[in-house]
Amino acid sequence: MSKTLRHLALFGAAVFFLMPVYVLVVTSLKSAGEVDVGNMWALPKSLSLETFAAVWPKLDKGMLNSLILAVPASLISSLLGAANGFVLAKWRFPGADIVFPVILFGMFIPYQAIIIPMFYVMSAIGMYGGLDGLILVHIIYGLPITTLIFRSYFSGLSDELIEAARVDGAGMLRTFVLIGLPLALPAFAVSMIWQFTSTWNDFLFGVILTLPEFSPVTVALNNIAGAQTVPFNQAMASAFLASVPTLIVYLLLGRFFMRGLMAGALKG
Amino acid sequence: MRGIRKWGPGLLLVSPSLVALGLFVYFFIGWNAKVSLTESRGYVIDDRFVGLQQYKRLFADETFHNDVRNLAIFTVVFICGSLLFGLALALLMDKGVRGENALRSIYLFPMAISFIATGIVWRWLLNSDTGAGTTGLNDVLGLAGIHSDWHNAQSKWAVAAIALPAGWALSGYVMALFLAGLRGVPEELREAARVDGASETKVYWHVVRPLLLPVLMSALVILAHISLKTFDLIWAIAPLDPRTETPALLMYREAFRGGFYGRGAAIATILFFGISLLAVPYIWYTMRKERGR
Repeated sequence: MSKTLRHLALFGAAVFFLMPVYVLVVTSLKSAGEVDVGNMWALPKSLSLETFAAVWPKLDKGMLNSLILAVPASLISSLLGAANGFVLAKWRFPGADIVFPVILFGMFIPYQAIIIPMFYVMSAIGMYGGLDGLILVHIIYGLPITTLIFRSYFSGLSDELIEAARVDGAGMLRTFVLIGLPLALPAFAVSMIWQFTSTWNDFLFGVILTLPEFSPVTVALNNIAGAQTVPFNQAMASAFLASVPTLIVYLLLGRFFMRGLMAGALKG
Repeated sequence: MRGIRKWGPGLLLVSPSLVALGLFVYFFIGWNAKVSLTESRGYVIDDRFVGLQQYKRLFADETFHNDVRNLAIFTVVFICGSLLFGLALALLMDKGVRGENALRSIYLFPMAISFIATGIVWRWLLNSDTGAGTTGLNDVLGLAGIHSDWHNAQSKWAVAAIALPAGWALSGYVMALFLAGLRGVPEELREAARVDGASETKVYWHVVRPLLLPVLMSALVILAHISLKTFDLIWAIAPLDPRTETPALLMYREAFRGGFYGRGAAIATILFFGISLLAVPYIWYTMRKERGR
């Protein structure tokens, strides 16, 4: 295949991937009078931010909730994952080879298969409705992937540094905090970004575990866009706003995001 | 004693995670299976066993048949489409193109977007109105004269249209997996085959293809398990619509809209076994390969 053809095909694919973004942006920028589903492909005649202004009050609470949710959930899940990964790679105990796949399996399960007992338990211990319960749940179900990311990373480091600390008489915790953690900063970035994105984008846990007041942005978004009476430009503008935080993270730190993706395929 | 002093602290550090996952993954899965053997309804868990009643009723139920059929269609179209598209992109990129990083970022950005936002945009792009009401993709297809009603409201294959947004979201990921696999093939191997007089096509078929099998397997397992679980994407495009409902949505509808815990738990248990059938051999295989290294 000639070089030109290859480039053309790849460019065509890029157009396909960007097509929804085009519709999203173009629709969000039209004035209310100009919006019509029939001409959704047309460029706006004049730029207007009124659609964003109209949806923001319906979305701001959800955005804030998601932020309060995703930051601690990704931070704590990553810290625990770092500890697990460090132990499973560099401070192994008998049976570590069995424990790791047992942890990993949690990454694949359909959440439908745990959600009835989980909803029941969270209600029983008074953690239904608010963000605390949702944070806890995201920390726990994030552990398999964060453990995987850090275990792969620590496995790739040479044993000598750890052994040197050991010989110097440093305990496990000391070695982990003073030597392991500083070395694992890149893995920390990968893990944080992965967890932030998946927590931000989660819908199922949010819709089941929270009261409307504490709902994450995906739930708020679905409520706005799912209502029959909402004009479609508002649906589009809401979808755009709700995606901005993860998109910014992706644009700024895409390198780490891709490494997380590769780790997710168990490829370390 | 020396042994424990050496590895004990490590086990201690991991144990909170192990307890949490033991409870939230394994105990809950078992509990859910137990609920599926009861008549639980009205948003309460009822302890009276009714054996496999829930399963028997599901297997005899038209709605469940319909949803399984939808899932089968969706899975086949979504997996084949994403694999072929992703592989094609990877092969095209393998030799190096100008602006490779930019292209890769464009192909992969849907992974950063929630399925809810993706679904909302695609609901409008897939609008199935005809005639003067034609919008979205049909509009664009109309320009090329291939205006069709393949995803028309009445079609039995409407659920296949969901594979388009799902493929849009995940083809870039498949591309990245294959591209990493392709780049992992040592250049000496390809060169050796070329020296032996093999054409470029033959090099791909005889040298590269066998080495890509593990990547294909990873991609297959990932796509298949996502397809079985997919809930929010379909929910955002067409909630409560029998034409696109799959068991994952039925489970939510039964358990959390209707309060039929027993029935919902049975559907979830079936999904769980379906996914375990894929995930367990996959994890086992990966671990064995790692130990062999």
